[in-house]
Amino acid sequence: MTEKIDPEHQEQHIVGPPVYLTIVITLLVLTAVTTGVAFIDLGVFNPIIALAIACFKASLVVLFFMHIKYSSRLLKMTVLCGLFTFMLLMTLTMTDYISRAWGMW
Amino acid sequence: MDSHSVATAPGELVGGVDPHSHPSFLRHHFESVGQQREAASFGMWIFLLTEVMFFGGMFCAYLIFRNWYHPAFVAGSNTLDITLGTTNTAVLIGSSFTMAMAVYSAEMRRRSQLILFLTLTIVLGFAFLGIKAVEYHQKFVDHHIPGPNFSIQEFVHPSNPHAIPLSPDMAQKTQIYFSLYFAMTGMHALHMIIGISLLFFMVWRASQNAYTEGHIMPVENFGLYWHFVDIVWIFLFPLLYLISRYR
Amino acid sequence: MSTIISLPDQATARLPRKSFLNEEYGIKSWLLTGDHKRIAILYLVSITFFFVIGGALAGLIRMELLTPPSDLMATDTYNKVFSMHGIIMIFLFLVPSVPATIGNFLIPLMVGARDLAFPKINLLSWYLYMAGGLIIFAAMVLGGVDSGWTFTTPLSTHYLNTHVTTAAIGIFLAGFSSIFTGLNFIVTVHRMRCPGMTWFRLPLFVWSHYATSIIMILGTPVLAITLVLVALERTLDIGVFDPSKGGDPLLFQHLFWFYSHPAVYIMILPGMAVISEVISTFSRKRVFGYTAVAFSSVAIAVFGFLVWEHHMFIMGVSQYSALVFSLLTMLVAVPSAIKIFNWTMTLYRGSITFETPMLYAFGFMGLFTIGGLTGVFLATLGMDVHLTETYFIVAHFHFVMVGGMLMAYLAGIHFWWPKMTGRMYPEAISKVSAIVTFIGFIVTFFPQFLLGYLGMPRRYASYPADFQVLNVFSTAGATILGIGYLLPMLYLPWSLVYGAIAGDNPWQATGLEWQIQSPPLTVNFVEIPVMDHEAYDYEWLANKTVHEVQTVG
Repeated sequence: MTEKIDPEHQEQHIVGPPVYLTIVITLLVLTAVTTGVAFIDLGVFNPIIALAIACFKASLVVLFFMHIKYSSRLLKMTVLCGLFTFMLLMTLTMTDYISRAWGMW
Repeated sequence: MDSHSVATAPGELVGGVDPHSHPSFLRHHFESVGQQREAASFGMWIFLLTEVMFFGGMFCAYLIFRNWYHPAFVAGSNTLDITLGTTNTAVLIGSSFTMAMAVYSAEMRRRSQLILFLTLTIVLGFAFLGIKAVEYHQKFVDHHIPGPNFSIQEFVHPSNPHAIPLSPDMAQKTQIYFSLYFAMTGMHALHMIIGISLLFFMVWRASQNAYTEGHIMPVENFGLYWHFVDIVWIFLFPLLYLISRYR
Repeated sequence: MSTIISLPDQATARLPRKSFLNEEYGIKSWLLTGDHKRIAILYLVSITFFFVIGGALAGLIRMELLTPPSDLMATDTYNKVFSMHGIIMIFLFLVPSVPATIGNFLIPLMVGARDLAFPKINLLSWYLYMAGGLIIFAAMVLGGVDSGWTFTTPLSTHYLNTHVTTAAIGIFLAGFSSIFTGLNFIVTVHRMRCPGMTWFRLPLFVWSHYATSIIMILGTPVLAITLVLVALERTLDIGVFDPSKGGDPLLFQHLFWFYSHPAVYIMILPGMAVISEVISTFSRKRVFGYTAVAFSSVAIAVFGFLVWEHHMFIMGVSQYSALVFSLLTMLVAVPSAIKIFNWTMTLYRGSITFETPMLYAFGFMGLFTIGGLTGVFLATLGMDVHLTETYFIVAHFHFVMVGGMLMAYLAGIHFWWPKMTGRMYPEAISKVSAIVTFIGFIVTFFPQFLLGYLGMPRRYASYPADFQVLNVFSTAGATILGIGYLLPMLYLPWSLVYGAIAGDNPWQATGLEWQIQSPPLTVNFVEIPVMDHEAYDYEWLANKTVHEVQTVG
């Protein structure tokens, strides 16, 4: 792998106001949606929908406001690496909390 | 300095220093502006990675206690002011937009537009903190700040006729909810305060033309930080304000 | 097959007229420097200071344990002494030891860069380290901390009147110092490699530091937020870790060990980095299985995040979860074993010479193997119940940390001393000190395995009289070990003035750092080098005259 075709490097991409405006309006609409949905009783789906919308909003911010959509593969990997470690912290801690009471009742 | 130092071609990263393009902001140990810029942006992302894990610890605690003490979390969440919370979310998303526009202005080398958007970001940042302060004050009045003065009165004998009273034992656990509420929003607010301080500095530097002659890295990296703080709030809002609101 | 290279005649070597050491003079030129080499020296001096304090506390502990009753100090003083020993040694010595000194000095040289990517952040990291270190030092002087270095809740949050918050702030700052070091390393390795320096031409030193940096940036912030919550619990009484309010002390353990277990890999991986270089150089042979060693570093970093619960097996975690973590823990032994195996294979049919760094490296390999294998004992659930919280565990982690990391650190300091200072250390006395250290170490810590197996618990100032013989051995060994550490602290400064001039490449090593003058120029390379050969290519070195990498200014 020589430097010249190194996927770590990529040309700078300038994102314009139309994209930003579209994103910010989507984000505001989604904020309204998530607040509205919270007032409807959907049982277990309430937190799931709330988190799904939050994840979607966060992805929009990361991809467009933070330019990850236009960035090198290295930066995309960096973001995924952060998510992965965060999920490790959550899931492996939960292995304890989920099964702590098994066989004790 | 010439214009192509902004949009760097990949080939330029490798070779030696181009004698025609050696702007004053290029530090001695970098070979090219492109290398410097990529290093800075990668470094910022790595810093954000540490921030993810920093907030991650609290999100982990939140997940566990929410499952353990769900009724207490519902009751605690319902005492928060949803209007202020939603407004604040909108304000913060707006500030992210103005910040993104500030980065765009720097890329376009428009000084006054850059200063305008940075200032707007400051204003929205203060608006967020102001609303947050009102909410904190309300919690203080209600004795819902964890510690010796914490009161479970509101949860055992709710003033709102629609609210479901908690047993005293479960009502005690609302203190855990508020501990996490204050730890998470407090840490978020601390990041906002740091961000706003940096914004003041950047407005001052922008007025000296520091970012509109090709050296946009500081604006860009600060933008990443600010958007990250926004993302944290995007998660905090549904997790803290929107638990079983339909009650 | 090894290439036979005779060491150069150092009688003709001269110190270069200009180097990073004499580029500028005065205290300001050091305290405001952006030069990674000077920052490395600043780190070297400051971590030696904290090592001496931590070592003195260790001496006090061993002195107290010479006799069964707690007669030298009161029991709560003893608690403070071992807590401060742990805090200082872990956060102020072991974590920054190799990365912040040797790594800081060498990584730009090894990747062919003029400096780390962010020199100012590098300097900031030293200031954060000093601030953290001095705050921890202040906590010690003002009366100490007696929670143990683990800050176990609710002991640390509700039952102690000592300076827990102060120490937590100090560790928080020191933690950010290591985050910034890690950040700098990762960006430098990704972005600052010289032309031709592909990932698989990087010295293994760089690979190991890259893996270390991943842990630093992903693990340390979790420790930071945990300590913030402990401090909030102490000051504002928030109750997340307080069982009386519904909080969970085990959650503290989870979050704390999420950092603190990977942290042991922060401590050992840079040690392995040094050993790879030393073994290869003094066998005059390419490291056997380069790719395997490189990836095993990264594998250790990744697996390191999957095993933390083994510190909590007896604390009431779920048995099923413990089972999973026990298996995952044994998995870590695989990449560690790959490394030991590959180093051994590197030695096989190499032209081995026994310079001081090599002696330390041999010490490392033996002691780390014992330390690692006893780790597998502790990963086994049934054994762990018997052995944890005894001296067995103390001996285990001292074998890895002191026998492994400290040996590697000393190997590295000796190995690169000529590069850092331009002068050789005195070979004869340093060989003596390497051997004394090894003997002292074995005598100090091997009896502790036996003590632990017999059931002597850790963290107590007094013990039954039956255990005295082994404890006396241990204390006697600690004295020998102390001499072993004292000697380098005396002869290394001595060699700054009286040591023989080293020359550019006294070991005939292949790394880029050895192809430039010693001590290097502030800019490292007059011309950015072009890497046209593999790492550890001794054939290339033998024919180097045609491919001179750089001219000395």
